[in-house]
Amino acid sequence: MKKTPGLYGLMAEFDDPNDVIAAARRAYAAGYRRMNAYSPYPIEELAEAIGFHRNALPLIVLIGGVLGGLGGYLLQVWTSVIEYPINIAGRPLHSWPAFIPVTFECTVLGAALFAVLGMLALNKLPQPYHPVFNVPRFELASRSLFFFCIESNDPKFDPQETRRFLESLGPREVTDVEF
Amino acid sequence: MAKVEEPLHQSLHEISGAPPVIEPGHTFASVTDKISTIVLRRRTPLWWLVGFGLSFTLAMVLFYTIGYLVLTGIGIWGNNIPVGWAFDIINFVWWIGIGHAGTLISAILLLLRQQWRTSINRFAEAMTLFAVACAGLYPALHTGRPWLDYWLLPYPNTMRMWPNFRSPLIWDVFAVSTYATVSLLFWYTGLIPDLATLRDRTRRRGAKIIYGILAMGWRGSARHWHRYETAYLLLAGLSTPLVLSVHTVVSFDFAVGIVPGWHATIFPPYFVAGAIYAGFAMVLILAIPLRKVYGLEGFITMRHLRNMAKIMLATGLIVAYGYMMESFMAWYSGNTYEAFMIRNRMTGPYWYMYWMLILFNVAIPQVLWVRRFRGNVPLLFVVSLSVSIGMWLERYVIIVTSLHRDFLPSSWGMYSGTRWDYAMFFGSIGLFLSLFFLFIRFLPMISIFEMRTILPQAEVAGEKPTATRLPETGGPQESPA
Repeated sequence: MKKTPGLYGLMAEFDDPNDVIAAARRAYAAGYRRMNAYSPYPIEELAEAIGFHRNALPLIVLIGGVLGGLGGYLLQVWTSVIEYPINIAGRPLHSWPAFIPVTFECTVLGAALFAVLGMLALNKLPQPYHPVFNVPRFELASRSLFFFCIESNDPKFDPQETRRFLESLGPREVTDVEF
Repeated sequence: MAKVEEPLHQSLHEISGAPPVIEPGHTFASVTDKISTIVLRRRTPLWWLVGFGLSFTLAMVLFYTIGYLVLTGIGIWGNNIPVGWAFDIINFVWWIGIGHAGTLISAILLLLRQQWRTSINRFAEAMTLFAVACAGLYPALHTGRPWLDYWLLPYPNTMRMWPNFRSPLIWDVFAVSTYATVSLLFWYTGLIPDLATLRDRTRRRGAKIIYGILAMGWRGSARHWHRYETAYLLLAGLSTPLVLSVHTVVSFDFAVGIVPGWHATIFPPYFVAGAIYAGFAMVLILAIPLRKVYGLEGFITMRHLRNMAKIMLATGLIVAYGYMMESFMAWYSGNTYEAFMIRNRMTGPYWYMYWMLILFNVAIPQVLWVRRFRGNVPLLFVVSLSVSIGMWLERYVIIVTSLHRDFLPSSWGMYSGTRWDYAMFFGSIGLFLSLFFLFIRFLPMISIFEMRTILPQAEVAGEKPTATRLPETGGPQESPA
């Protein structure tokens, strides 16, 4: 994996979502793998086009829900049966139906916390600095423009070759992304 | 390419017959600019200052009351045996209920793919958060020693005491704190891409730093969006049963007790419907002036108002059914105390409260059956106010008339709120409005990125991804543009 010093990648700018998806598909077909696309709103096809399929988040949320639910239930059983048992008219200490509401709430809380924190962790956010912000027009990625970036650590990356390839995709502009 | 798509998009609207959820002619840039300018413009409008000033004055009344309450004790309220629960729980249930519409709009309507929710979900979610904050004040202060409120939570302590998990009151602690946390997570997650937009658009250094920190370096990467959408959808899925559970648990506070008028299995669904009813009324109360002063009629269209009016009508009918069933069961059960309770509600010393409730909550909202009235904005505003008052009266009737005359005539009594009760109630409205004014000044009140997704030009050419879609084979599947 060769690395071009000082260059994070090459960024192509588009103003139509269909163009950026087509560009990503062409780049994937041309053998590029280390690339990313930036859009002002979620586009499912774009993630697919750059070859991003695996998503660990649902599993993380499931784990969070199971941990929350188990934790909530066991907390109630432990406090009501073991740590602080009170005999009220001989009623069972392990009165599970009464424990359901709190168990449910803890399940949802665990799952929701894991969903948000898991999403941020997988996305490696918060991340105050990223090279793509060095592209002056990139601030329009959160407004109206679409960007497609082939990164310099891609095995196929070559400053001249890749630039020519990107320019063949019909972008408005191709810019260097510096570190 | 987008031009090729346009006729198809228009014809879809013609086929469905529904008016568009966004004014035609908008672009990604125009939507972004229109919403973010409200936040980013330097001059604060005069009406905002006046509105915030008035709301904050009311909020100061609340703070003063709380100060006096903490120094004196809850004896300054009107609650006393037999009516040990009064304004504190009436207002708690009222505020919690109002919050429910926010979650309903953001979660349930998202799962049902109701596109029209997009322009109202953000401020409805904010409304939820602020309403829950106001609600939380009441039980926290009703404990009498709010500095010991952490005793409500299970934590290892030197007294070796634990909360009683068989009590609905502790379920309430878990339900409301979970609801507040999840609502905050949902709201903040939804805000992240918009905070990034504000960070990129602002020209002021201070604002750039603050929005930049809050946006956490969001850059709209396709991989990020993919995980983001998963997280958002899962949060919606989690919030849906959560929101239904919260008011169910709140209704257990009553239904698990054996007091006549409370001990009813209809309480959970009837409370949830009432919550949504009150919540949509509050969304309309906030949306109608907002769209007017900010000129957002293109985003919050008549279709939104009409849809909300329909939801209000439907949930209002469920609530009316609840009132009917309460009366019916009082008779059908043959229980003397239940029968007395309902007679006492209708003809006892608080009869006027009951009939005002029927007027505000059942009679007046029936005008929404008429299509012309659903399109009459000032009338919708008045009906929403009526529902808000009606829902407050409902809690007053349920709580006060059930408690003031229960099984033993020797323990009957009367209740009325003191000036401190009213000061706290109106003060909490002031707090709610103050928070809301701050929100509309500093954060985008409409989700910008979601508005972009409903524009015609956001539609991607080719088929929508479906389950039948072939897996990627490594080559391009469609001819490139």
